[in-house]
Amino acid sequence: MTVLAVRGLSVSVGDTELVKDVSLEIGAGERVGLIGESGSGKSLTASAVMGLLPEELDVSGSVELDGRQLLGMPERELSRLRGRAMSMVFQEPMTALNPSMQVGKQVAEVMRLHRTNQDPRAAAVDLLDRVRLPDPRRAAKAYPHQLSGGQRQRVMLAMALANNPSLLICDEPTTALDVTVQAQILDLILANTQGSALLFITHDLAVVATVCERVLVMYDGQIVESGLVLDVFTAPQHRYTQQLLASSDLESTDENGRLKTVSHD
Amino acid sequence: MIEVRDLRRTYRGRLGRPAVDALRGVSFDVAAGQRFGIVGESGSGKSTLVRLLAALDTPTGGTISFRGTRIDGVPERRLKFLRDELQIVFQDPMGSLDPRMRVRDIICEPLKRRDDERLAELLDAVGLPLDAASRYPHQFSGGQRQRISIARALAPDPKVLIADEPVSALDVSVRAQILNLLADLVERYELTLVFVSHDLSVVRHVCDTVAVMRRGEIVELGDVEQVYQQPLHEYTRELIAAAPTLRAALARFQEG
Amino acid sequence: MTTAVKRRTPTLTAGAVLVGLVVLVALVSFIWTPHDPTRVDAAVRLLGPTGDFLFGTDKFGRDLVSQIMVGARTTLYVGVVAVGVAALIGTPLGILAAMSPRWLGEFIMRVNDLVLAFPALLLAIMFGAVFGASTWTAMVAIGIATVPSFARIARSGTMQVMSTEYVLAARAAGRSRLVIARRHVLPNIAGLLIVQSSVSFAIAVLAEAALSFLGFGTRPPTPSWGRMLQESQELLAVQPRLAIVPGIAIAVAVLGFNLLGDGLRDRLDPRLAGRR
Repeated sequence: MTVLAVRGLSVSVGDTELVKDVSLEIGAGERVGLIGESGSGKSLTASAVMGLLPEELDVSGSVELDGRQLLGMPERELSRLRGRAMSMVFQEPMTALNPSMQVGKQVAEVMRLHRTNQDPRAAAVDLLDRVRLPDPRRAAKAYPHQLSGGQRQRVMLAMALANNPSLLICDEPTTALDVTVQAQILDLILANTQGSALLFITHDLAVVATVCERVLVMYDGQIVESGLVLDVFTAPQHRYTQQLLASSDLESTDENGRLKTVSHD
Repeated sequence: MIEVRDLRRTYRGRLGRPAVDALRGVSFDVAAGQRFGIVGESGSGKSTLVRLLAALDTPTGGTISFRGTRIDGVPERRLKFLRDELQIVFQDPMGSLDPRMRVRDIICEPLKRRDDERLAELLDAVGLPLDAASRYPHQFSGGQRQRISIARALAPDPKVLIADEPVSALDVSVRAQILNLLADLVERYELTLVFVSHDLSVVRHVCDTVAVMRRGEIVELGDVEQVYQQPLHEYTRELIAAAPTLRAALARFQEG
Repeated sequence: MTTAVKRRTPTLTAGAVLVGLVVLVALVSFIWTPHDPTRVDAAVRLLGPTGDFLFGTDKFGRDLVSQIMVGARTTLYVGVVAVGVAALIGTPLGILAAMSPRWLGEFIMRVNDLVLAFPALLLAIMFGAVFGASTWTAMVAIGIATVPSFARIARSGTMQVMSTEYVLAARAAGRSRLVIARRHVLPNIAGLLIVQSSVSFAIAVLAEAALSFLGFGTRPPTPSWGRMLQESQELLAVQPRLAIVPGIAIAVAVLGFNLLGDGLRDRLDPRLAGRR
């Protein structure tokens, strides 16, 4: 069953096209990775799906969630879907959380807003437990700055999962975290998104390969290659993917002991 | 080259918050020509260590000697020799370049005077065009900015280069270019390199020796291959296991 | 993202136009005014607007337009000197407070708070009582009263700059504090200071008008918008024009500098300017 269907999505500012004719589909329970370097348009694509693009940008194409067209949908309807049918986890949990509100309340609010739970307060504590925050009852009363980076990201994840969204978008969710914490967060994401469609954005090939089955490679606003992770990463077709793979491999070097690089600087 | 003995640094707690022991007795030596890696996660004390090595901060206890001369707690005016011989490349290529200064002035900053000949040499060494000199940092990509930062560090012709997470803010493909550049420069100028990173696999590629830090202490120190292949400390093993690698991840598909 | 979204700033444009108007009027007044603004002529007192006297005349028969024009000079003069005094004392003080040891910085800022707590008008009245009220005492008093806001903004800006890696890099390059303050701190807080100047300018214009109104500012016969207001007081019921004209002039200048300040704030905000 297709959850997210994007067709011919383009994002532009003035005459510059930042995202060019992007199409992708994600089914329920499917985990798809979107890789590419900064400026390749991967975060813009995610924002376009969520309807969170700045007003100055023009969007065209089609974005369907559970069969409903999101592009051109009035903001009021869109905001009812955000946090319920689709939610997002950002790279920097500190800026995505309200610094002056207890995290338990922030999690509860997501449910209160969409009236999806009879007892949001208790449900929030359950959710914090589900994302394995130690002592969830006490953690619920903490403010964001009292938590570590990893703990904050767990809270973000709890908020994103609160209403069992059919689509979860993770935009570089572990880039700002320590390696050992990253492993735990990735496990959590894997364990908690079994039924949802997952779009996982990252620049880290190893992370994508750990989390996803399918992968889309974005370069200069376009999807230049897509397919199963195993296929794309073992037999890359596009030149950019080939070079990206080569330069990320720290164990294979040329005759001078130097890494292979992508030449487009 | 560098001798560190029982180095300690405690940050006083403010507004009722407890004091933080950022470093709790760290000792090691860096020999001339060595490529010395320091690996640790946030809170390990590696950034504090970098500041102390560059005498930008004063330790609470212990000593640091540079070529036999103590540099801990020494006033700035007696550190001129250190400023010429030891330079730093910082992590954030945007944050470490003054946005209101031209590249020319940034690179010449350690020289304390304009020297166009040296400037041209440095730009060439890091692979930037000559006309970069008159532009501002925001006009460059992340990788190019890190090249500017490296050119600045090389300006006084130092013997020791401290690279503090120089590639962790960069894209994978750019990371490879910068790592190669660093390797070239270390070879060409016979630099002693202290390379700080959270990523053991990067350190493994760049360095010959590694110190693994956790909570202000060195838990393991030795030959990088040895540490990577046969980690002795529990934490080092955890660190290696936690880092996802493409090989391991792909193996998951091949098995299933 | 490499797309710089051009920010439209109507505020900046409007502010610049209003301030430009005041400056232009002041400049023209040096070479030409319709009448001598200080010439007393009982024959033409309290005339309504005519072709010769565009806004009419006051109770001494002086031309309102000419007074407004020359008054613009006083206004700008006061603003420039007051803001100049405040910036020249406040900025180094703030930078010093941010870069010196904690105790000294705290001390400077507490003294600063003391000055801030002291009403500017009271200070000006005291100055006037001691040195004799004049445009000068008003300017200096307003300037001193504005020092703390400059010191504060300079300190917070400096602390932000001092915590950046490029300052750390400059220190690693062996730069002294003085050089860091000149080469790194000043250029990076200049935007903040310009914005503060513009807003302070507006406050200074108002303060001078208030002081002149109270009789502690510009002395007769030098035209001043504030004194024009004061002189209009007794005739307010019969000749509201005499209050409205300088009132509008003050409003235009204050609004202009405030808009300019806001517009510059948007344009120069380091967080926005830093966007690639």
